[in-house]
Amino acid sequence: MPQFLLELFSEEIPARMQKRAAEDLKKLLMDGLTKAGFLPGGLETFSAPRRLVAVIEGLPERTADVREERKGPKVDAPAQAIEGFLRGAGLTDIAQARVVSDPKKGDFYVADLVKPGRATPEALAEIVPDIIRNFPWPKSMRWGEGTLRWVRPLHRIVAVFDGEIVPFEVDGIAAGNISEGHRFHGTGLFEVKDFEDYEAKLSAAHVILDRDQRKAQIKADAQTLCHARNLELIEDEGLFEEVCGLVDEPHVIMGDMDPAFLDLPPEVIRLTLRVNQKYFVVRDPKTGGLAPHFIVVSNVKATDSGKKIALGNARVLAARLNDARYFWDLDRKASLESRVPKLDTLVFHEKLGSVGDKVRRIVALAGEIAPLVGADVAAAKHAALLAKADLTTEMVGEFPELQGVMGRYYQLHAPVLPRATGEGDPAQQGGGGMPPSVGFADSSPASQGSTGLVANTIIADSIRDHYKPVGPSDQVPSEPVAMAVALADKLDTLTGFFAMGEKPTGSGDPYALRRAALGVIRIVREAGLRFGLAALLNHARRGYGNVLNSDAAIAPHGYSVAAVEVCDFILERLRVSLRDEGFAPDVLEAAFAIPDDDIVRIVSRVTALAKVLKTEDGANLVAGLKRGANILRAEEKKDGAAADGKVTEALLREPAEQGLYQALLEAESQLEQALADEAFDATMGALAALRGPVDRFFEGVLVNDGDAGIRKNRLALLVKLRAVSERVADFSKLAGG
Amino acid sequence: MRPRLLQAGPLALYAHKVMTQSIAPQTAPRETPCSRALAAGKVPSFQDIILTLSDYWARQGCVILQPYDTEVGAGTLHPATTLRALGPKLWRAAYVQPSRRPKDGRYGENPNRLGHYYQYQVILKPNPPNLQELYLNSLYEIGIDPSLHDIRFVEDDWENPTVGAWGLGWEIWCDGMEVSQFTYFQQVGGLDCKPVSGELTYGLERLAMYVQGVENVYDLDFNGLGVTYGDVFLENERQQSAFNFEESDPAMLKRWFEDAERMCTYLRDKGLALPAFDWALKCSHLFNLLDARGVVSPTERQSFIARVRDQAKGCAVLWAETQAPSQAEVV
Repeated sequence: MPQFLLELFSEEIPARMQKRAAEDLKKLLMDGLTKAGFLPGGLETFSAPRRLVAVIEGLPERTADVREERKGPKVDAPAQAIEGFLRGAGLTDIAQARVVSDPKKGDFYVADLVKPGRATPEALAEIVPDIIRNFPWPKSMRWGEGTLRWVRPLHRIVAVFDGEIVPFEVDGIAAGNISEGHRFHGTGLFEVKDFEDYEAKLSAAHVILDRDQRKAQIKADAQTLCHARNLELIEDEGLFEEVCGLVDEPHVIMGDMDPAFLDLPPEVIRLTLRVNQKYFVVRDPKTGGLAPHFIVVSNVKATDSGKKIALGNARVLAARLNDARYFWDLDRKASLESRVPKLDTLVFHEKLGSVGDKVRRIVALAGEIAPLVGADVAAAKHAALLAKADLTTEMVGEFPELQGVMGRYYQLHAPVLPRATGEGDPAQQGGGGMPPSVGFADSSPASQGSTGLVANTIIADSIRDHYKPVGPSDQVPSEPVAMAVALADKLDTLTGFFAMGEKPTGSGDPYALRRAALGVIRIVREAGLRFGLAALLNHARRGYGNVLNSDAAIAPHGYSVAAVEVCDFILERLRVSLRDEGFAPDVLEAAFAIPDDDIVRIVSRVTALAKVLKTEDGANLVAGLKRGANILRAEEKKDGAAADGKVTEALLREPAEQGLYQALLEAESQLEQALADEAFDATMGALAALRGPVDRFFEGVLVNDGDAGIRKNRLALLVKLRAVSERVADFSKLAGG
Repeated sequence: MRPRLLQAGPLALYAHKVMTQSIAPQTAPRETPCSRALAAGKVPSFQDIILTLSDYWARQGCVILQPYDTEVGAGTLHPATTLRALGPKLWRAAYVQPSRRPKDGRYGENPNRLGHYYQYQVILKPNPPNLQELYLNSLYEIGIDPSLHDIRFVEDDWENPTVGAWGLGWEIWCDGMEVSQFTYFQQVGGLDCKPVSGELTYGLERLAMYVQGVENVYDLDFNGLGVTYGDVFLENERQQSAFNFEESDPAMLKRWFEDAERMCTYLRDKGLALPAFDWALKCSHLFNLLDARGVVSPTERQSFIARVRDQAKGCAVLWAETQAPSQAEVV
């Protein structure tokens, strides 16, 4: 069956957009073809720096004819009706219609219409221009005098169906069968017949069409180069993705770096290489550290095997690393502590004040949290004070993604300051007497003044780790001081944004509040931290004082509205993550119905509930509880009032109801203890023990007794059952049973 | 839709036809300063590069202008680019523009950063379809051999909020070094550019450092006869840095800013877009001086930028009205 080849040839498409564009093209073609009645056998799309390509296999030469019967008027209908029928059906004479007899309706006309299928190219000539005009580029542009929008100027369109050009035109660009190869290694324009021909000619013209093939080649060649020199490539999937969109044909080259640069923090070197230059970093397996080399992927195969390219890139890199070194040296002249006042000039958020304000709030909040997580209060406050100070450094200005990481280095490399002598500007002092890069733990005077016993490394690590976790795969801080600062920072951010009404919506979360909430949850869960969220959030809210006087609302239980909203938001995120971990929605619903703001306790409750429900007793108990609840609901409706839970022991006649009553008293006292101990398996056990008595009760006792007093007493027994079970979970929310 | 052509007489029509077609690149059929240097086994000097670029772009039909005589932060702000990018009239120009960035001054001590440097600016309106090819040819003419170097078009969207302008394009990398910016103007002064201009900006010092293999900008060979870039500009960098960072009078600069702003408003009211734009540029430069002096708080900064933007955009809109009444109506 015939094949359709489409190439959209443009100026260089941004690397980050290529993959998505190929996916979009595939989807749009598939939608367009399906709508036009095609069932393509195969559809593949490709992207390279200057082109988007699609090949569609198994298209028919034309779409199938569509047959239709159209019913007309009765044979004795007025002439006007018959004329109308002829016009509508496109017939010239009534003899072209058949006469059909129907026992009820009599004889009437029927026209057999055939809508002939269309030649496939005709359909393609409609589908493709439409896709081009409406392509969902993240950003598009006009050029020259045209009105068409494309990501960069679109130059040519190849549209070949079964060897023939599909005739169409988009904004003056006529579809054809001419393409071209590599910008520098290509040999001009060429004609293409079909995909095989196209791919072969492209390959000869130094373009590898398949992005995965380019990527694989980059990986393999980079590894080979490294192996040859006993080095290790540090793989970077994101960079592979980007670089394979920057080259039509990759030529991997290794360049050298002055080893003197290796005394810069490795994060700085890696980012300089990666972000600024798109180079890969290389490790020396002997030292485990970075090696003074880099891997660059060139788009050209140079006639000197890349010597000039390697040298040129090395020079650029040296200039970049010199800049980084300049920042590194400059930044270390001022201690983090001396930078704190500058934070007052950095805006955290227009409505929430400066970063300096934020720091003052998280210092106070970290002080509140410290005892809850087992951290030294003074240390937590000191770490919080310094946590954001690196935002004023040149290095973080250049590489914002190094926030925290640089703070840690600068704290470890804190300059030796003349304390309390008041001589000279601290910024001018540091360079001289400071050891360059070793042995800072415990010895830095910058921290000793305020925290005494806590090692400076802990302060330094906390500065780095308080941003964690930055994503689902990132580690959470586990050292108490770092946890205190991390929690303080996240809770402060959540509270501030909620208080001014900047809550995440279904489509947008520009301040990454979901991530902050998940961070809180993970830190608390992984360390098993025990505290009520609401009270802490209320502290956080109070920290904003009058900054946010628009939201001073206080909820009934004395917490500010924002604190309650954030608490609900965090618990909702907890519920979502538990669902992702495999807990059934109804189990979560039942467990979350118990008011609680202690994350660890909620998780224990959910776990214990899910566990007991898997046992036979548990499952049957649920059925019994539900039955009891249903009866209660029905009877309460009948009475128009809620039944009270006062059981009169003397009125319990049947052994089954006496048995249930005794079992309930027993369960209640066991629950009391188990709940106090937060031994949720035991609470579930106590409930599960009710299964027998409950079953027997429903087998042997009729609640709706003729005697009103007895009926009332039995309803009271059911109320008690519900009340006892509701101390553990809301069983009515459970499915099944 | 085609933009309306003013004075669509035979000559203008002819020019239109020529200017919207691909330009068959007029590559060196003759000697250029760079080709002479290369033939003599020498690296092209700083001025060889400037002269060769001018020679090349003159051959592509550009008007070779001289630098604008008001301080600007970038070649784009020359009215030959900012204003001429608006309206339907065809335009091709190339020029060197000294660019002043007071904050980037380093007292002549940083080998890569300057408070005053040169850009080579080219604008072609509408962009010819083969502008990339024309640009690459200009690199070949100054001695960059594509069989030895890795030349890449790397995404870089350009935006200059102070004149309400943006465009899409690339930074051009040569062996990992950014040597130019290439932009298709989409909007200036908040108005759509119709037709679209192609703009090229060569960072001359960087390009020359690359071509000459020099690590320090002050070591650049300026004229091929022993004069270095440092001989010409080092003292200027020192003194201007001292002025920018230490000696400028913030109170005076603020006063001047307000006066310049008033003058700009007045001239706009009189319908004089071109002199008004000069005063908007002065506002911009005075703000840059204040910023370098470190006396602008973050909030003030936003408000200064907004004030400059309002003036510059106002000038652009006014200018567009004089160019094509139909376009102004859209606003």
